[in-house]
Amino acid sequence: MKKLDFVIILVLLALAAVMYTTVLKPGKGGAVAVVYIDGEKEAEFPLDEDIEKTFSTKYGTNTIKIENGEVSMESADCPDQICVNHKPISKENESIICLPHKFVVEIEGGEKSDVDAIAK
Amino acid sequence: MSKSRKVAYYGILSALAILMGYVETMIPMPVPIPGVKIGLSNIVVLLALYVMGSKDGFAISVVRVAVSALLFKGFAGFWYSLAGAALSYIVMMPLSKSKKVSIIGTSVAGGVFHNIGQIIVAWFVLGRGVVVLYLIPVLMVSGIVTGIGIGLVSKYCIVYTDRHIIK
Repeated sequence: MKKLDFVIILVLLALAAVMYTTVLKPGKGGAVAVVYIDGEKEAEFPLDEDIEKTFSTKYGTNTIKIENGEVSMESADCPDQICVNHKPISKENESIICLPHKFVVEIEGGEKSDVDAIAK
Repeated sequence: MSKSRKVAYYGILSALAILMGYVETMIPMPVPIPGVKIGLSNIVVLLALYVMGSKDGFAISVVRVAVSALLFKGFAGFWYSLAGAALSYIVMMPLSKSKKVSIIGTSVAGGVFHNIGQIIVAWFVLGRGVVVLYLIPVLMVSGIVTGIGIGLVSKYCIVYTDRHIIK
């Protein structure tokens, strides 16, 4: 390995770290889980309410579950099951994506609070 | 290199790259994140790029994407693969010419930009900006890790390939 190899790796790692800290902010009160199907906003659920909901579209069926402020994909009839195996999400801008069904659940934070973001 | 020899090498390397892509689908990934993969077929593309040349590597990469999309993935998968392969090739080509970067650095950059290319397509397909942004740092790190591995394998393979491919 040459010196510039390490430079490339470090620069890319630093870029990833910057993206991580700017895109992923800690979850705030009043956050909601938003469901998008085929890019269209389909439904919205507050995170502090436990709920289980099934969506059936022409692409297939997905069931999301909200429990303890976390959203997870309970079941789906997609071939790869990546969305079902995904860890539960709770932070703003985190998402579970089911590509075969064009199904996206995303956390969108309610009110913005810079104090919380810094304190965390 | 004579024309017929070139055709033969194109065939062998393309077939190998397609096969690598197929073998990879049989290896389960430990992390359930869309887009994380080993990138075995990049070994072949790297070898073609270093041993034969940039035009040859490009041709093999395009054939691989087109054929494996037809055989294993379907049309939607084709755009993801094509964007990933094209972007990673654009980055790898100048790096492979540089004397200061070894095949490992090239492979890492290729792996990361392959994933970024796929995210760009996902951004269009899903029609949502911020959703896929969340995946960028994750897929960048996975690209770096697999890129180092693929680079190391290629480094040891290239010794033999260089000896056997007659120019």
